[in-house]
Amino acid sequence: MGLENFLIVSAVLFSIGFYGALSKRNAITVLMSIELMFNAVNLTAVALSRYVVPESLATAGQNAGQDAAQFLLTGHIFAIFIITVAAAEIALGLAIVIAIYRNSESVFVTDATQMRN
Amino acid sequence: MLSESLVWLILFAPLAAFVIIGFVIRPLMRLVIPVAAQEHGDDSTHSAHGRSILGGSAGILAIIAIGVAFVLSIVALFGSIDNHGDSPYIAHDWLTVGNLEFTIGILMDPLTTIMLVVVTSVSLLVQIYSVGYMSHEDDRGYARYYAYMSLFSASMIGLVLASNIVQLFAFWELVGLSSYLLIGFWFTRPSAVAAAKKAFIVTRIGDFGLLLGIMYLFFHQDAFTAAGLNSLDIVDIYTAVDAKIIAGGVATWIAAGIFAGAVGKSGQFPLHTWLPDAMEGPTPVSALIHAATMVAAGVFLVARFFPVFEASETMMNVIILIGGFTALFAATMGLVATDIKRVLAYSTVSQLGYMMLALGVGAYSVAIFHLFTHAFFKALLFLGSGSVNHASGTFDMRYMGGLRKVMPITYASFVIGGISLAGILPFAGGWSKDEVLTAAWNGAGAIPAIGFWMALLAAGMTGFYIFRAIILTFHGDFRKGADAEGIEDTHGAEVHLKESPIAMVFPLILLSIAAVGIGFVVNPLFDLGIVPQHWFGHFLGQGPVHVEIEDFNVVLAPIAMLVSISGIVLAFLMYQTKVVSAEQLGARFKPVYILLVRKYYFDELYEDIIVRRFFYGGVARTLDWIDGSIINNIGKFIGWLGANVGTALRQLQTGQTQEYGAAISIGILTIVGLYLWFL
Repeated sequence: MGLENFLIVSAVLFSIGFYGALSKRNAITVLMSIELMFNAVNLTAVALSRYVVPESLATAGQNAGQDAAQFLLTGHIFAIFIITVAAAEIALGLAIVIAIYRNSESVFVTDATQMRN
Repeated sequence: MLSESLVWLILFAPLAAFVIIGFVIRPLMRLVIPVAAQEHGDDSTHSAHGRSILGGSAGILAIIAIGVAFVLSIVALFGSIDNHGDSPYIAHDWLTVGNLEFTIGILMDPLTTIMLVVVTSVSLLVQIYSVGYMSHEDDRGYARYYAYMSLFSASMIGLVLASNIVQLFAFWELVGLSSYLLIGFWFTRPSAVAAAKKAFIVTRIGDFGLLLGIMYLFFHQDAFTAAGLNSLDIVDIYTAVDAKIIAGGVATWIAAGIFAGAVGKSGQFPLHTWLPDAMEGPTPVSALIHAATMVAAGVFLVARFFPVFEASETMMNVIILIGGFTALFAATMGLVATDIKRVLAYSTVSQLGYMMLALGVGAYSVAIFHLFTHAFFKALLFLGSGSVNHASGTFDMRYMGGLRKVMPITYASFVIGGISLAGILPFAGGWSKDEVLTAAWNGAGAIPAIGFWMALLAAGMTGFYIFRAIILTFHGDFRKGADAEGIEDTHGAEVHLKESPIAMVFPLILLSIAAVGIGFVVNPLFDLGIVPQHWFGHFLGQGPVHVEIEDFNVVLAPIAMLVSISGIVLAFLMYQTKVVSAEQLGARFKPVYILLVRKYYFDELYEDIIVRRFFYGGVARTLDWIDGSIINNIGKFIGWLGANVGTALRQLQTGQTQEYGAAISIGILTIVGLYLWFL
């Protein structure tokens, strides 16, 4: 298994999410699609963190020590951050969807055109 | 010699009076006297007793200021005599643009000192006179009057002091402005407003010529710089003329521009129409501005740039013709005018023509001499007419008559002024007018000869019209004054037949003395104690212009006097003894009479044909069409463009978040794609 396989899966996931976010009428589905895109990004981050070694570390050899741990874990830390932020974002998004629904009795994003005015 | 700051005080004393009256005293009045009460008071201000301390202080302040200026001017005159006419003052830098310097300074040559004395002395007397004449005015009007008078005096003084042509032009325009303000002083009277506008606009035509002249002069700055001179500095201009930097056609065009300004300001043909109308202002204003000083500014301007004119024979001939023609032309209109101030106004135009004629034939000192004497006797005549108006309530001579018995001092002074104007020796006007005629007679060639004959003919008419005015006003029986005329808005003038108050009579007496003696005293035929022979001419000759003293012409003087006297006799025959009937004469020469009464139809020519037909009908209509159909449509098109481009773009704004998202994504993809493609 190489880096490419992860990136391909990630790209596929991202594209599906992107398509869904732009094409689905239902706001819940749109949110779910966005969630897919987040996870694609997470996957990329972790995969790159695992397979790509910063040049400074590669040349440092034995002396890398403490720095190595920091650099190697960067992707993982970011993935956890994104998951946390995404959770918050979904909570916010659902709240907005509910607010819209209360106003217009609809969860279709095509009906929410107030921004035009 | 006066120190420089004292010379500036001549200018700044009246200017300070203007500022204090205008910006301190008048606002204070508004605080002290509520406006409502003031308006109510307007109806009952026919007595002079209502003058408050504030109002009175405005007049006193202005008079003190001009008095200081007068005393300093006299000192400056004596200083200049001691100094042999050299100006000791150095100009100050005002503005430096690149290597071009604008300066501001004092040019104290003999011409300046003489003008200073004329301006401040006449202004002082007129302002004293105004205390009496303007007594019917309410406090605010009275203060406004003195503020304007001070502004006028200051601008006139600034004009004569200027050492730089730009400085001179600024004061020249200020003089025009204060003239406008004073002519339109009674701004509730439509005719006064119209006259003020007319004066402003007509003189502005001349001023435009002056501005063009200055600009054309400025175009030759390079030649000036090469000689180390400044084209805007008046003394440098004299030097440049001497060094032939300005010569030939250049001199002609510069002189033509300057002369255009003089024609406007001095009411010379063809820009004479504003001056008779300017009589709508209060009479002291007419005396000061439209007789003695401001209109003389045109003559002063030509005299100031006389070396430039001398460099151009063409312009000298133009001046002779315009001056001589104006002298005659204005005199003919004076023959039939029925308004006493208009008679005097035409005589002013005519006398200014004499001065121009003298300048044209090269008799620089003679022109200034006539300006000098004319200022006094014409101020006298105007103030006399104001005094007459004070008693009779009218300016129309058809409703006057018989005033000799009730106002003897006014009568005597008016006759003195009249004789002086008619040019009878040994009165002041006689000497100067004789010199003008002599100078024209001595001029070589046909053109000075034409000028001479026109001036001689005008001299006869002058005698006629001024004595016609005297007889109609003072002799015979009183013809009911304002009561008969039936005008409404007289500004307090009403019929009360008695001599005017002391404030008015006192200046008349002083001016009478000047009108009698000043001509001989300043320019005597032989050494006169402290005054040497032909002092005036010699003194002016110390300036930049070479002056040739012409001897008294024993043949010409009696002839000129005879012509004047025959005019006077004719006036007596027609209006006193009525041997010759004025009515029959008018009937016989009816077309001529109507032509004169209608002022040669110049008002109609200018207002109907040039302004209405040509400007409103032609120029303005064309411009209106261009504005309406071209300029407007360009504007409309730009607006239409904005509106319709917006319509197209508006279709894209659907409010569909997903469409926006798609658009943004496509955009990003495009940018990234292009980036990768070209990398």
